[in-house]
Amino acid sequence: MVGLSEYLIVGAALFSLGVIGLFLNRKNVITILMCIELMLLAVNINLVAFSHFLNDLSGQIFVFFVLTVAACEVAVGLAILVSFYRMRGSIEVEDINTLQG
Amino acid sequence: MQEMTLNTTELLAIPGLPLLAALLAGLFGWALKDKLSHLITSGAVIISALLSIHVFMQVLDGASFYGDYWTWIISGDFVVPVGMMIDPLTALMMLVVTIVSACVHIYTIGYMHGDPGYSRFFSYISAFTFSMLVLVMGNSFFTLFFGWEAVGLFSYLLIGFWYKRESANYAALKAFIVNRIGDFGFLIGVLAIWFYFGSVDYKTVFDMVPGFVEKGITLDFMNWQISAITFICLALFVGAMGKSGQVPLHVWLPDSMEGPTPISALIHAATMVTAGVFMVARLSPMFEYSEVALAAVVLVGATTAWLCATIGLVQNDIKRVIAYSTCSQLGYMFVACGVSAYSVGIFHLMTHAFFKALLFLAAGSVIHAVMANQDIRKMGQLRKYMPITYITMFIAALALSGVPPFAGFWSKDLIIEATVVREMGWVGDFASFAVLTAVFMTAFYTFRMFFLTFHNSDRVPAEVKSHVHESPKVITIPLMILAVGALAAGAWGVMVLDIANPEVVNGYFGNSLFVLDAHNPLKMIAEEGEHGMFHFLLSMPFWLAIGGISLAYAMYYRETALPAKMVAISPAVHKFLLNKWYWDELYEKIFIQPAQRLGNFFWKSGDLAMIDKGVIHGGIVDSIMSGAARMRAMQTGMVFHYAFAMVIGVFGFLTYLMLNG
Repeated sequence: MVGLSEYLIVGAALFSLGVIGLFLNRKNVITILMCIELMLLAVNINLVAFSHFLNDLSGQIFVFFVLTVAACEVAVGLAILVSFYRMRGSIEVEDINTLQG
Repeated sequence: MQEMTLNTTELLAIPGLPLLAALLAGLFGWALKDKLSHLITSGAVIISALLSIHVFMQVLDGASFYGDYWTWIISGDFVVPVGMMIDPLTALMMLVVTIVSACVHIYTIGYMHGDPGYSRFFSYISAFTFSMLVLVMGNSFFTLFFGWEAVGLFSYLLIGFWYKRESANYAALKAFIVNRIGDFGFLIGVLAIWFYFGSVDYKTVFDMVPGFVEKGITLDFMNWQISAITFICLALFVGAMGKSGQVPLHVWLPDSMEGPTPISALIHAATMVTAGVFMVARLSPMFEYSEVALAAVVLVGATTAWLCATIGLVQNDIKRVIAYSTCSQLGYMFVACGVSAYSVGIFHLMTHAFFKALLFLAAGSVIHAVMANQDIRKMGQLRKYMPITYITMFIAALALSGVPPFAGFWSKDLIIEATVVREMGWVGDFASFAVLTAVFMTAFYTFRMFFLTFHNSDRVPAEVKSHVHESPKVITIPLMILAVGALAAGAWGVMVLDIANPEVVNGYFGNSLFVLDAHNPLKMIAEEGEHGMFHFLLSMPFWLAIGGISLAYAMYYRETALPAKMVAISPAVHKFLLNKWYWDELYEKIFIQPAQRLGNFFWKSGDLAMIDKGVIHGGIVDSIMSGAARMRAMQTGMVFHYAFAMVIGVFGFLTYLMLNG
């Protein structure tokens, strides 16, 4: 029998992978977007797991919201990336430093 | 006589109408255009003059008013109401102020015709009339102070009326600053009254004064024991010196002639400058109890009367001659107040207002005719061109010189008698000498100016000559009205108002003036029995005046070599007088230059070197710059740095919550 803790461990592992990917990645902005997706999915796994074990459907409904928002975010993010690439000709993370003071 | 009260609405309308008119003309002058502006303001002032006459008639019948309208300031125990005190003294002042002001308003219609600041000018003089009325009608030291400051403000605005002229701006500033010195003393006096009496209300304070004096309260001032009442009176008198152009604060008054001539007539001759005299008379219940303050008043007044008369002897600017004569005559009024003949001082104030306003307005008419030239050396023979101005000015000159039966004779003669009769030690002797010699000088300089303008040889430049003409009716009619005043005001005062009558206390003024029995000069005159209807033929002032006029006639009626010879006898004295005793140069050396040096020092080494360079650039700016540079280094612009900081932050928060939450 797979218990709640196993699910939570998987979720935590995925989340950590996402965070580490966020830090260590210096190459590509798309990787950052993927890492963020991964973190969101890890949270979703947690939500579904709790929902199942606590017999409360609202957790699963919440997941749908998160997925929708994540999809929107990716759509916007990729659109920004496309226009950024057209402007600068690169999407290397190291080159994106216009926020520098 | 049964006590009558006056209509409060009517009283309120007297200062209210000019204020309303001033606001209308000032704020909406652009829409009203010239004609409506002068109609509104002149109309308002004429109505308030008629109301003043009505009030005056009622006061003659024994009516009076004392009461509060509103509360102005409430702060703990400190309550300042806005109220009025109408008694014979106030009523006479209201009469003088509104009548002269009405004449000046009408005159201004002609004089300022076509000036770009036309409606602004009318707004100012109406507002001035309002302020002056508040000054005389108020019933507390604070309304007095309000009026005092407000007339100063409008005097400043009107001296600097032609603000594009540098000299006008300079004169306006000078008037304002010198007045501030006086006002400082005045304010100290008012605050001292509040401190000692706990009230700023005339009646309350006056009732407390005798008891206060008996207690003999003194105060330490720089190791001097001064009785408090003397201190208060002297402080207030400093204010009077500033406002009324008394030595050594007289320097602003002649310079104020930079303003348009109607202003010189209204503010710097007839009304505002007499505020100091009015104040001393109004506060007679306080001044009476301080011998020192009275002596100071006499000393300053006599000095001014004499000193300004000597300066007037040699001035060549027609308005300046009259301005110095104003200073000198104000000195006379102060001497009168100082010797406790307050009623006589106010009497002279009234007659002086008429003939001096007339002199100024006539001078303005002359200046208008000869195209803004004020130098009497470039006039002469003008009587042929402007007969009305000539005659009215002749009347005013006779009145100023003190020739019977013109107005100035009655009042000035009483002042001199009162001064001679009152025993005040060396101060009294000096004052007697000063006022007597000043009579001679007054007659001389007045007629010197008069002959040089209207007689003598024709020295008007050729290009101006075609322009010389009699002034229009709006200018000559006020001259004629004032001429009636200059002719009759003196006789009217003695006959109708009973001012010289020692049997009735203070004559017409009754209880509004207070004189201790111990030194009532009018009574002394009566006791010495030298006051009769035709005593003037025997009295010295009359002969001195005639002497002055005769000398002026000999020297200036025709072009003679005498004036040049006089200068040749003592060029140094002439130069000394021509340069006005070097007062301006003295103040330049003593006050202005050190002040400028001090200002420069604080500006250069204080502001520029210490604050700008040291504090601002050295301290604040530098630390912000270096701090900002360090903060800026943290903004790398790298997304993963921000993400890292965010996650570390979240971890930090969570850890904190888990450990402490």
